[in-house]
Amino acid sequence: MDLQIALLLGQDGITNGAIYALLSLALVLVFAVTRVIFIPQGEFVAYGALTLASFQAGKLPGTLWLLIGVGIAVAVVDLVVAIRSRQRRRIPRIIGWNLVYPALAAALIFALTPAELPLLAQVVLSLILVVPLGPMTYRLAFQPLAEASVLVLLIVAVGVHFAMVGLGLLFFGAEGSRTPAFSDGSLSLGSLTVNAQTLWVLGSSLSLIVVLAFFFERTIYGKALRATAMNRTGARLMGISTVMAGKLSFLLASLIGAFSGILIAPITTVYYDTGFLIGLKGFVGAIVGALSSYPLAALGALLVGLLEAFSSFWASAFKEVIVFTLIIPVLVWLSLTTHHVEEEE
Amino acid sequence: MMSPRLFLAGFVVVLLVAPHLVSEFHVTLLNYIGLYSIVAVGLVLLTGVGGLMSFGQAAFVGLGGYATAYLTTATNLPAGLAMFGGSPWLGLLAGIILTATVALLLGLLTLRLSGHYLPLGTIAWSISLYFLFGNLEFLGGHTGIAGIPALDLFGLPMKDNRNFYYLIWVVVLLAVWLTINLLDSREGRAIRALKGGAIMAEAMGVDTARSKVVIFLIAALFGCISGWLYAHLQRFVNPTPFSLNMSIEYLFMAVLGGAAHVWGAVLGAGVITVLKQWLQDWLPKLLGASGNFEMIVFGLLMIFVLQRARDGLWPILARRVPWQGRQCAVPEAAALLRKPLPEAGRVLLEARNVVKRFGGLVANNNMNLAVQAGEIMALIGPNGAGKSTMFNCVSGVDRATEGEVLFCGRVVTELDSREIARLGMSRTFQHVRLLPTMSVLENAAIGAHLRGSKGVIPALLRLERGEERQLLAEAARQVERVGLGAAMFEAAGSLALGQQRTLEIARALCADPCLLLLDEPAAGLRYMEKQALADLLRKLRGEGMGILLVEHDMDFVMGLADRVVVMEFGEKIAEGLPEEVQRNPAVIEAYLGGVE
Repeated sequence: MDLQIALLLGQDGITNGAIYALLSLALVLVFAVTRVIFIPQGEFVAYGALTLASFQAGKLPGTLWLLIGVGIAVAVVDLVVAIRSRQRRRIPRIIGWNLVYPALAAALIFALTPAELPLLAQVVLSLILVVPLGPMTYRLAFQPLAEASVLVLLIVAVGVHFAMVGLGLLFFGAEGSRTPAFSDGSLSLGSLTVNAQTLWVLGSSLSLIVVLAFFFERTIYGKALRATAMNRTGARLMGISTVMAGKLSFLLASLIGAFSGILIAPITTVYYDTGFLIGLKGFVGAIVGALSSYPLAALGALLVGLLEAFSSFWASAFKEVIVFTLIIPVLVWLSLTTHHVEEEE
Repeated sequence: MMSPRLFLAGFVVVLLVAPHLVSEFHVTLLNYIGLYSIVAVGLVLLTGVGGLMSFGQAAFVGLGGYATAYLTTATNLPAGLAMFGGSPWLGLLAGIILTATVALLLGLLTLRLSGHYLPLGTIAWSISLYFLFGNLEFLGGHTGIAGIPALDLFGLPMKDNRNFYYLIWVVVLLAVWLTINLLDSREGRAIRALKGGAIMAEAMGVDTARSKVVIFLIAALFGCISGWLYAHLQRFVNPTPFSLNMSIEYLFMAVLGGAAHVWGAVLGAGVITVLKQWLQDWLPKLLGASGNFEMIVFGLLMIFVLQRARDGLWPILARRVPWQGRQCAVPEAAALLRKPLPEAGRVLLEARNVVKRFGGLVANNNMNLAVQAGEIMALIGPNGAGKSTMFNCVSGVDRATEGEVLFCGRVVTELDSREIARLGMSRTFQHVRLLPTMSVLENAAIGAHLRGSKGVIPALLRLERGEERQLLAEAARQVERVGLGAAMFEAAGSLALGQQRTLEIARALCADPCLLLLDEPAAGLRYMEKQALADLLRKLRGEGMGILLVEHDMDFVMGLADRVVVMEFGEKIAEGLPEEVQRNPAVIEAYLGGVE
């Protein structure tokens, strides 16, 4: 290996690592707030990428029908609860978010011709369709089990993952898609040539991280999420709705997931089931951060990206083996540093 | 009335006649149900009972399948493996050795992981092993290995699906039998305590780390055997059926059937397999596209089951059948040997300058106390004085930050609670730690864990019945002794709180201790019950046992204790005879507040 190749691999690794870092942040957030190990995170990546690809191919993405269908399901469940508990003033809000919003999204897509719109508008349309699926999933799958054990929530997360992968196959078919780069060209830094898309990925990831940091430090909702993550009961006693916190964390996770998918779609071919492995690599990063520290998680994710890039050079067939075996010593180290017999349910 | 025996007999009859009544296709389906059941039974033991979640069972199935596939087809085996070549039976042996080795290694590494790290760890190595299967050239890569020879059972070639059917289902029944045996034993009680009672089990002398490895190993070996059968049934292996997705389906089977019920595994395997077949026929037609759309239904089904029927299908079905009442006889058996109690007056327990800090909080500061054989020592103090922390430090449940604890003349500061239990200390907990679904008798029997010695293999094969009867008889004696004889076979969770505390004492007594640590034993008891408890404790003292007692009921303490230690804010403020302590101004101030 010469310097040229090393730089190239490093660039690859850092690009992927930045995506894993974004995902690991979302995973840490969701786990801290809701105790859900968010296995379906990767499906949002695939949904985001493939929805954008569908728009560009002039097709109607299946995620639109999913949004409408899931919206109806949430509306029915919430309406039943609202009517039974005589909270009629909640009804307009329920109908607005779960029925009117998907209908408006559909109207917008039918009114415009997404294939002819500029990239930015296509990206926004894709996010409009995919992101609300996050909080809706929380409502349907996790909210009824909010007090269950981590392991029960984990099986539910796996169930959601299964359903979403199957639906992804139904909506997008088995063929993969790749979208054109956000912008052409490259940047030369001495002997190193950096692709424009790499810069897009790094720039967007960094700005998203900065925005998130601002959100958590400076806004009331961000503080509410942090409070819930530290102590659910305490947060509830302070008037923070844990349901709101759960939905908000899922909203951020689906936003980060879908956006990551849109970022990588020009770099790698995305299939309906690609998201899973990408999400899991985010997990490896998150676990390095012990599912609790954001900077450590991001650092771990970068490490995963680099390890993956270099192992694909030396032993490309075994790159997944190497990446996923890495997690075991980390887990063991984590377990050794937390000494005591843990009481599980 | 349905008895378990009648159910089993009926099931076996159905199994015997089934292949003669259904088509070839359905026999194949039944074969698969059997193969999956074997894996799912292991998962019930591991996840449903033991509380350890694994997303890696399919990888063990793969190890079993690939081991025999490689060894029976390779023409040029490496020298070290040549002895295993050529025969499916040697392939099975090699598979078992390989799986046991891998499982032991993975188990020792990942079972240390707490809570949710374990399932994440299993996902990781499950993916690793899957990609390893697909990328190792000698295993045929992603195309796999074909031409695996048929099994030969006592000269009978197993080429026919129907022949194989009987072999598979004999193995299923064996797996069920072994698992049920194991759970109904001394080791089984230890395993059942893993979920929700690990701290208690350790304090009763159970090596919970070992129990975890045991169930992990058994579940892995069930997987390996299923994989071996699969390889010789299909006579072809490739990586697909050993992927993470299949591991997840195995977990679904166990959860759907009822993760805590051994027969639920068979039920779950049946339902998922039939449903999958049916969905694979219908969904593509319905949706007009081909693909694994059954995943959608399985995913949604799992969410539904966990929201609406978390215990799975088996308990729902079992409730509809009028089961014959369980056997409720206390076994008769010779009494267990008792350790001689030390002579009265000998110092049993001595805490020297014990300090316990939690971060910046000092819960115990320079605590000294000593308990002798044949005396009742009471530890009293206002709420939050650090009494329970002191209890945890001397019994090894927690570790003192500084200072020394001596028990029976040995320094035990660094020992785990189960090692201290082995030396003859037994305790109860302030917050009752019982296993609510187990009977009163079984809960008490956990206390007798260290008085038995028969291990896992005798338990699997039911060769430890003599010892088991002795343990249960001893447990029954202690349950009677504390006055809970009438509730012997009721679920411990159904007792009133006071009775649950009393049951904790029975459990502690089952260990045949020389020192008994009781954390608020009289809380929640009525007057008469307190009298009975006081009488019992006096009797134990008379026999020579040392008793250390934390209690808030002053009448109870002052009438019973020989000496009293008073704590406040983590420190000892007084020690002496009950009358002296009652007159001590510092004690009065601690309890009633000072006079300004």
